[in-house]
Amino acid sequence: MPFDFKSMTVNAWRRENGRVGVRNHVLILPVDDISNAACEAVANNVKGTLAIPHAYGRLQFGEDLDLHFRTIIGTGANPNVAAVVVIGIEPEWTQIIVDGIAATGKPVTGISIEQKGDFEAIRQASWKAKEYVQWATELQKEECPVSDLWISTKCGESDTTTGLSSCPTVGNMYDKLLPEGIYGCFGETSEITGAEHICEKRAATPEAAAAFMKIFQAYQDEVIEPYKTSDLSDSQPTKGNILGGLTTIEEKALGNLEKIGRTSSYIDAMGPAVAPQKGPGLYFMDTSSAAAECVTLMAAAGYVIHTFPTGQGNVVGNPIVPVIKISGNPRTLRTMSEHIDVDVTGVLTREQTIDEAGDALIEMIARTANGRLTAAEALGHREFSLTKLYRSA
Amino acid sequence: MTDNEEDQTVGKPHLLKHDHTDNVGVVVVEGLTAGTEMLGVVTADNSDFTVTAKADIPIGHKVALTDLSEGDTVMKYGEDIGRMVGPASVGEHVHTHNCKTKRW
Repeated sequence: MPFDFKSMTVNAWRRENGRVGVRNHVLILPVDDISNAACEAVANNVKGTLAIPHAYGRLQFGEDLDLHFRTIIGTGANPNVAAVVVIGIEPEWTQIIVDGIAATGKPVTGISIEQKGDFEAIRQASWKAKEYVQWATELQKEECPVSDLWISTKCGESDTTTGLSSCPTVGNMYDKLLPEGIYGCFGETSEITGAEHICEKRAATPEAAAAFMKIFQAYQDEVIEPYKTSDLSDSQPTKGNILGGLTTIEEKALGNLEKIGRTSSYIDAMGPAVAPQKGPGLYFMDTSSAAAECVTLMAAAGYVIHTFPTGQGNVVGNPIVPVIKISGNPRTLRTMSEHIDVDVTGVLTREQTIDEAGDALIEMIARTANGRLTAAEALGHREFSLTKLYRSA
Repeated sequence: MTDNEEDQTVGKPHLLKHDHTDNVGVVVVEGLTAGTEMLGVVTADNSDFTVTAKADIPIGHKVALTDLSEGDTVMKYGEDIGRMVGPASVGEHVHTHNCKTKRW
């Protein structure tokens, strides 16, 4: 019997702004690195809350500061988050984050440490965190159509099996669910190199193609050319990619692009952590190919589930977004199966078609949305890695 | 090497190639040893072929499906993935020792 993904629904939380979240986190969110300790203390005081420490947020300026604010605000605004306590050293920047998150309508409070000290900030924040977590734990799930899901993708520790099995599995999922009205997102600007001419053709409009090529060329001109030493053969493909059989960046890029399927096309190309603005459909996002940075940026743009094909076995997770790992490499399933959610090794043995693998992924997306912890969640992978564009002042 | 179009009854392949124009395939089994007569399948249409491995080749690594010489373009996914910088005859290993990107 064919799998009926069209009438599929999930039980999830509908937030104040209408968006659907599949997790119900109460975040203790630091504006800056020096507020991490207070956030962790609050999360220790109040069970059921989650502090997400990070490395930046001081003396940044210009586009780099814009990206920092966008990522922190976007993380708090994500529908997988029920409520947020923001802690920063200074009141002004703390308020910028609070105002950004408050636009979603969800409960958010900001507390600054200056003139107060950690003890008093932690005391005030802990009272608010306790109030939020008791409120959030009584929120009821409701039945939501599959079209309410925003699903991002990025692959990691790729090898030749990702291009043959796990990446086309994600592509098949997009070919089936994008027509149902979901939002999709792929990125990894550096790993499109070698297949940019093909990616350009997968745009839905000339404007989207031009937006992608502008981002791609800027990466070549502003990052690769000024900073390269000899060539990028030492880092692209990575040592892990090469061990897995990938020889050139072109080969890696072609496998990577299998994630957008056969029939899907992207409707816009966005900056890092920028929320989609043209309605349901597939979006390209300008991101690094480093797993944690990329997933963090996509989560900050509002995606609530991440699909992650891996060949050699990347173990990444995210604090607020469940990361579903898909692998078709039998050695990886044999040696590190605790990290894999969807086994598509049958594609390589020709015992499973890509169509069947895509259905298996959609089923796992539904189970994950309904509350099943992913391997990365069960193993405590909460990598929150901010992208930094240049040195701080 | 023989092509057998549209045979849906093949067993588990040792080797997959994406497209008929590809001149390399990917080993998809662990512990492949030199001398193995490999069953290959073209994923585009499930047609099969056989080729004999001339080396022990790890899972995920590529095998030459035609005799390749220095300067030849390597095709995979029906696309150009780089150039040969050394030779590889049919059944030999193709990787960083004899194949390189055209980009950098």
